[in-house]
Amino acid sequence: MELQVTNSPFNQEQAEVLNRLLPTLTGVQASWLSGYLAALHSTAGTAIPVQANAGNAAVSEATGSREVTILFGSQTGNCSGLAKKISKKLMDQGAQVTVSSMSDFKPNSLKKVQNLLIIVSTHGEGEPPDNAISFFEFLHGKRAPQLEGMSFSVLALGDTSYEFFCQTGKDFDKRLEELGGKRLVPRMDCDVDFDEPAAEWMNSVLQALNEGNSAGNSGSQAAVISPSEGESDYSRTNPFQAEILENLNLNGRGSDRETRHVEISLEGSGLQYEPGDSLGIYPENHPNLVDDLIRAMDWNPDESITVNKHGDMLLLREALLKHYEISVLTKPLLLKAAEISSNPQLNELLEAGHEQELRGYIEERDLLDLVQDYSLKGIPAQSFADILRKLPARLYSIASSSKAFPDEVHVTVRSVRYDAYGRDRYGVCSVQLAERLQSGDSLPVYIQHNPNFKLPVNPDTPIIMIGPGTGVAPFRAFLGDREESGAEGKTWLFYGDQHFSTDFLYQTEWQRWLKDGVLSRMDVAFSRDTDKKVYVQHRMLEQSRELYEWLQEGACVYVCGDEKKMAHDVHATLAAILEQEGGLSPEAAAEYLLQMQQEKRYQRDVY
Amino acid sequence: MSENNLLSKNSAPHSDVEEIKIRSNYLRGSLTDTLKDPITGSIPEDDNRLMKHHGSYMQDDRDLRNERQKQKLEPAYQFMLRVRASGGVVTPEQWLMMDRIAHHYANGTIRLTTRQSFQLHGVLKWNLKNTIREVNEALLTTLAACGDVNRNVMCNPNPHQSEIHTEVYDWACHVSEHLDPKTTAYHEIWLDGEKVASSENDGEEQEPIYGRVYLPRKFKIGIAVPPSNDVDVYSQDLGFIAIVENGRLAGFNISVGGGMGMTHGDPKTYPQVSKVIGFCTPEQMIDVAEKTVTIQRDYGDRAVRKHARFKYTIDDRGIGWFTDELTLRLGWKLEEPRPFQFHDNGDRYGWVKGSNGKWHFTLFIQSGRVKDEEGYELMTGLREIAKEHTGDFRLTPNQNLIIANISPQKKKKIESLIEQYHLTDGAHYSSLRRNSMACVSLPTCGLAMAESERYLPSLLDKIEPMLEKAGLQEKDIVIRMTGCPNGCARPMLAELAFIGKAPGKYNMYLGGGFAGNRLNRLFKENIGEAEILDSLGPIIARYGTERETGEHFGDFVIRAGYVQEVRDGQEFHA
Repeated sequence: MELQVTNSPFNQEQAEVLNRLLPTLTGVQASWLSGYLAALHSTAGTAIPVQANAGNAAVSEATGSREVTILFGSQTGNCSGLAKKISKKLMDQGAQVTVSSMSDFKPNSLKKVQNLLIIVSTHGEGEPPDNAISFFEFLHGKRAPQLEGMSFSVLALGDTSYEFFCQTGKDFDKRLEELGGKRLVPRMDCDVDFDEPAAEWMNSVLQALNEGNSAGNSGSQAAVISPSEGESDYSRTNPFQAEILENLNLNGRGSDRETRHVEISLEGSGLQYEPGDSLGIYPENHPNLVDDLIRAMDWNPDESITVNKHGDMLLLREALLKHYEISVLTKPLLLKAAEISSNPQLNELLEAGHEQELRGYIEERDLLDLVQDYSLKGIPAQSFADILRKLPARLYSIASSSKAFPDEVHVTVRSVRYDAYGRDRYGVCSVQLAERLQSGDSLPVYIQHNPNFKLPVNPDTPIIMIGPGTGVAPFRAFLGDREESGAEGKTWLFYGDQHFSTDFLYQTEWQRWLKDGVLSRMDVAFSRDTDKKVYVQHRMLEQSRELYEWLQEGACVYVCGDEKKMAHDVHATLAAILEQEGGLSPEAAAEYLLQMQQEKRYQRDVY
Repeated sequence: MSENNLLSKNSAPHSDVEEIKIRSNYLRGSLTDTLKDPITGSIPEDDNRLMKHHGSYMQDDRDLRNERQKQKLEPAYQFMLRVRASGGVVTPEQWLMMDRIAHHYANGTIRLTTRQSFQLHGVLKWNLKNTIREVNEALLTTLAACGDVNRNVMCNPNPHQSEIHTEVYDWACHVSEHLDPKTTAYHEIWLDGEKVASSENDGEEQEPIYGRVYLPRKFKIGIAVPPSNDVDVYSQDLGFIAIVENGRLAGFNISVGGGMGMTHGDPKTYPQVSKVIGFCTPEQMIDVAEKTVTIQRDYGDRAVRKHARFKYTIDDRGIGWFTDELTLRLGWKLEEPRPFQFHDNGDRYGWVKGSNGKWHFTLFIQSGRVKDEEGYELMTGLREIAKEHTGDFRLTPNQNLIIANISPQKKKKIESLIEQYHLTDGAHYSSLRRNSMACVSLPTCGLAMAESERYLPSLLDKIEPMLEKAGLQEKDIVIRMTGCPNGCARPMLAELAFIGKAPGKYNMYLGGGFAGNRLNRLFKENIGEAEILDSLGPIIARYGTERETGEHFGDFVIRAGYVQEVRDGQEFHA
């Protein structure tokens, strides 16, 4: 077909150029071009105005001269997701982008980096996540290079309910400046609901990079990043309403504990996962807590309130059930509450010199405590709602292999219940699963990929799995995967809990895998069955010779579960085994483990 | 000894259990390793077969079986541990040890058995070794409390005739000791004893009586002292009936071939009462016991376990064959049996003064279960008594307990403790309840088909008003219940019995002899509680009005035509 002004949107000149070009295209060229145009179109979101298109080309040219290195470090995969998102934008604009996990990045190439973007989360008590440790230490060590001439910016992910909020991001930010780097845009610290601030930081970064090149050129439409963009149909920002197929307690009668095994249907969602990934679940607050709070504040549960910047409205009770976090206190929340209430006692608590007291107060208390203890009654619901955090999703290590259970995902969730300050306290998601969700009900879920907890590519590589308590969940997925794929590598599982009789999660499944040879060996530690408390690390030490042999054979080590005590003790035990059996010095053992981490032979999913 | 102790005279192939025993190297099997396996609380079936000889069965809490399967947990495996003491006599120190390990390792209760042994339930595999070690440190044992060997030797606890009891009890201990397995496996596995180099050919040396295959089936010995037949001497494979002449023990009448177990729906299996075949002096009794055991060892059926008990060995060949064989092996002939008479097979509750001037208190214990309950702290009370007591404790064959040989000086203190804890001689219970027995059954027993220990008390609650109405609350009637037809509570000898068939369903039997001298007969099959009560109501009412003076319930139901008398076990199903 000949293009003309009358049968196309083109002017005469364009039509002539196209008419000359189109007949000469090969099939491959034609389809490439159509894909290119389509992609350009979808990225832009709207039809691209001709003028803007021209401007865009100029920006691309300008940033094209720029190299940007994005380094991410995170335990869950949130940071790598954000890193990919901004790198795509930069590449669309023609920049040369290097995206890498901090653990994969060669530190000696840092000197050559022009623009460095750091996206990092903070772990536990202000520590860097596993795949950031080596880079973090390099940067803070003697061999760190001077970085004059480098521009950088840090996006820090964290949780204000922890004392050392975004600490790792802050540390990187400070250190890069000390080394002579120039801040491209200020660091952005994000709370658990990170989408909007992260998008804001990305846009600032894009803009700053552009400004640095072609003054006066503002970020075009195409460059703007919206919080929910660039993800598949169902995602963290658009969770899938999944049906519960099975929900049972794995702990036998007489146990102090309750651990739910929840089987969830992913049918029709298109969601895919691999062993090691996590499932995000958006929970609801406990209705008792919501009702008590409404009563304590004398609010009207049926009052409509605005829940976000877009002006979406919800009835108060529903908003408190589903939208806001009310079970955790954070310092920023208290600051805002003090502001809107001007309660003198609360203000005093927040004054300098009361840090210890504040820390003590925040721990194990919730919003109901706050409003009762500081008589906050009288604050209108809307004003209060405006200072609350959005209820974050909970992440659970997936306990199933999708090869063994297509269209299903299983999680293993320990119910958190305790008494504090004269009131029963409930884990938001765990107790909802334990008490208020049955098979047939549905709940909003998404898949959180975790590239830092993956089976070795080689099916013959031996694996050592250490997962006491619910930490054993991903290993059920690992073994299910190895069984289905017929992998022949040796497998060794260390498991522990309180009592053999009641707390041996998935006992009959391990027994079957042991019998079938999918699981080569298993060692267990039940801490409350004997006078002396034994834990997984004791069992590891008992088997130190053989464990060392496995390591020498190239085994990958996986640790999942409690971070504070277990993961720390297991790490120390691995080091002790290397010293004892391999004759390494403490420094060499530490180096060996660091090396294993860098080679992804030592991976952790700890919380 | 040659191959004759390895193979039965029966040429059929051995049952699987026989093969397991042969392979076991004198009851060792792979127990040392499987007890250590940390992934399961169970042991493999082959080892469980051997484990019985060490005094323990693997069980699981059947109440939880289905639930745990859904929870991806293996069954709640646990071990029943049977601790034996000949004639059921233990010291206060031994009682305190049992009390301690019951709390520390088991479910916090003690079960007194119908064979004067202790049972602990709920011992986890990991605790077995420590539990058994503590038992042995207190000079008791679990060895041969179960398994294809001679079991705990029963003996009338007789608190009245003190000297006779002492003498008879001593003989019971001698017989028991003589028939104990001699394998060192028990010491090796449980007590860290030194390993003895084993050889497949030194059977006589290791087990001079049993040989390396042991007996075809369990073997039970009981010693009665008339007029009490509390040990149910007719239910024993080998029974001794003490003959007391002029106030001294002259010797024993010997009875052979009794046994309770049968299988529902298999008429080739049946309960049997033993037959009295002669008399021997006390000094001859060990020889008689040993030779009887070796006859069963050599002739018992090793192909079909259901047909392996001594009663079938005798019934298949005739009692004449047995006495001939016995005479041959003894090298001498038994004397003619001497006259004796049994009055009953129950216990006498409350205070009795023995001929040695010491006091005895017989305590009623429902179904033999010693535990603390709200309002009845039986276990605590007995613990406190054991701390004071200087005499002994005696487990009775009816699952009751005698605080025996209380010195006159201690009587007051013990009496006050009995009062403080409201320990009961059962006087306020109906006679029916005082004469009741039930096996353990659910939830721990793997053989149970219906409830027993947990159900009988509530059934009695419903029968008692009928008795009261008929004016029979003080009339002794022997009632027994078991959850399966293996007969642990010897139900086939009771005047009124219930044997479990299915959950909530029982076979009802009538007409056993009051002195444990006659088997009962099936009256109604597979009935639930409503039908039990409907059936029993009119019979009790008639017994109330139509009984003759001194006529026992078991005799009445035969005279009244409810059931036909059973003269021999072989007509039990007829």
